[in-house]
Amino acid sequence: MNQEQFIKAHEQQWLIMEVLLDPLLLEELLNEATPVEEHKKNRFKEWQRKRAAKKKKIRRSNQEKFLTLNPELLSSADFPGLYREICQHLSLAQSRRYSPYLINRLSSLIDQAHQVFYKSGHTHGQSAVKSFVTFFSQTFPQTVRNESKWVWLSSAVFYLPLIIMIVLIQYWPEFVYSIMSPDTVASMEAMYDPQAEHIGRERGSDSDSKMFGFYIFNNTGIGFRTFATGLLFGIGSLLTLLFNGLYIGAVAGHLTQIGYSSTFWSFVSGHSAMELTAIALSGAAGLKLGFSLFIPGRKSRYQSVLDAAKVSVKIMAGAAIMFFIAAFIEAFWSSSQSISANIKYIIGIGMWIMVLSYFIFVGHKLDKME
Amino acid sequence: MLDTIKTAETPEGVELKLTCVSFYSRSVAWLIDTLIHGVIIILLLFILPRLGDFGMGLLFIVMFFLSWLYPVFFEIYFQGQTPGKKAMKIQVLQIDGTMVSWGASLIRNLLRTVDFLPFFYALGVMTMLMSKDFRRLGDLVANTIVVYKRDLKDKAFLDQEFVGIYTPEITLSGKEQQTIISYAERFEYFSPERAEELALLAVPLMDKLPSQSIHLTEKAPTEFENPASERLLGIANYLMGRR
Repeated sequence: MNQEQFIKAHEQQWLIMEVLLDPLLLEELLNEATPVEEHKKNRFKEWQRKRAAKKKKIRRSNQEKFLTLNPELLSSADFPGLYREICQHLSLAQSRRYSPYLINRLSSLIDQAHQVFYKSGHTHGQSAVKSFVTFFSQTFPQTVRNESKWVWLSSAVFYLPLIIMIVLIQYWPEFVYSIMSPDTVASMEAMYDPQAEHIGRERGSDSDSKMFGFYIFNNTGIGFRTFATGLLFGIGSLLTLLFNGLYIGAVAGHLTQIGYSSTFWSFVSGHSAMELTAIALSGAAGLKLGFSLFIPGRKSRYQSVLDAAKVSVKIMAGAAIMFFIAAFIEAFWSSSQSISANIKYIIGIGMWIMVLSYFIFVGHKLDKME
Repeated sequence: MLDTIKTAETPEGVELKLTCVSFYSRSVAWLIDTLIHGVIIILLLFILPRLGDFGMGLLFIVMFFLSWLYPVFFEIYFQGQTPGKKAMKIQVLQIDGTMVSWGASLIRNLLRTVDFLPFFYALGVMTMLMSKDFRRLGDLVANTIVVYKRDLKDKAFLDQEFVGIYTPEITLSGKEQQTIISYAERFEYFSPERAEELALLAVPLMDKLPSQSIHLTEKAPTEFENPASERLLGIANYLMGRR
């Protein structure tokens, strides 16, 4: 079989593939083949008129070659089968040393088809909502449980300094100045002054919705940075966790010590479960990434990082959503002065129980299936 | 042959050729994206404060999404191309030539922070220049690669009416065929003299170069200053299957 015969024999298949790879063109060709029913025509008249402009563009760029195609073949075309056949054509063309032009044409066709055929990860025919639900009902809690050693380590690095700081400041109040400057301490005191109009904010004028945006921007950003800097052998994550632990501990300790505990603790109780856990999880994701460089196990160092990243990014994605929820609570619930402190405490404890039981109990059933 | 071409083998045993994108094109793409960010932020700074504090909240949220998730969104829903990458005709792919996945896109864009360290992408640029395929840290960890999007249009200068089709008398090897087609593709960038000079290098194909006529199209007979390049273009036409 020489090249001309080869092209003649398979040209039709290649053209079909070309059309299949271009959904707009496919639609146009199929539309031409089937007469549009009258009532449909009216309903979509406006819409079709808009499409016409696009279609004209296509027709100009494509020669009449597509018009020779049999529309029945098009509508019954089997993409995977066609793809495999064209792969075979390419191998044949290469081994028979057909012209580079033909080989280029086939390989670029395969290039495109390959990307469509092996769409990795996302969609797989699943709707975005469904995969979101699957992620939070299964993937996220499962991953966190599987990586519990990193979560424990990260929690230790974060919560221990936090608690130690609170306790220390009760006995040595001046210790707070080793972490924060006097100015910062003063502004913290102003924010949580029981006489303040809005607690937890520097200026009384900042509204809830503004702060909601700010918390998302700031806190989630910190979470992302905690994760990313973990790549530097875990050092970035460790330092961020440690520093945040010390800082939050210092604020909490100082405000308790000077007697602002009713405003401070009632303010933070609502969102603390979401936010602190999210920080600890971002840290855990970062630590896993960083330590995979140190302790690759039986894998090569690079492979170990690749595998760790795939897992830790899931933890980070879940933590990001937790930051959003925390921002919402912090902006619209925690700052409210009209809700009594006791209710806030109860909700706060409820949130902690909810978050912890989410990670302990959710997503077990499908563990077994995998 | 060139070391900027990386091959990825598909499960069907076909080799995909991925042309890695160098530092320069990627920085231009980045610059375009950054300018787009800037323009959006400035526009919002004019509009949103009129909505009061609600607008400010919205501004923060938009800033958050622009700085972290804008590239992820475009890489997932627009074939691995942010507007900047689209302008530079480059795209992000997994190393095996498939579309970039959610996870990978998140990783490579979150790790931008590390690439940015210690200042202005210093670490990223260093990694890019040191790694074989111009991949920054984010790319290495996410197992992605930035490649030139293959252009499917005929780039060749062959639809020109004055170039006929010429059947070469000798059999050409694949490499020789490729060379001639590359010549045709770049023809429009040569000056006529240089094109002629280059074409004359293909000595075996230049037998009996006409002072008269080899081609049969109407427009041609007026000028024969470039018989060699015309013949080579004719051969390229033949090689590209226009016969």
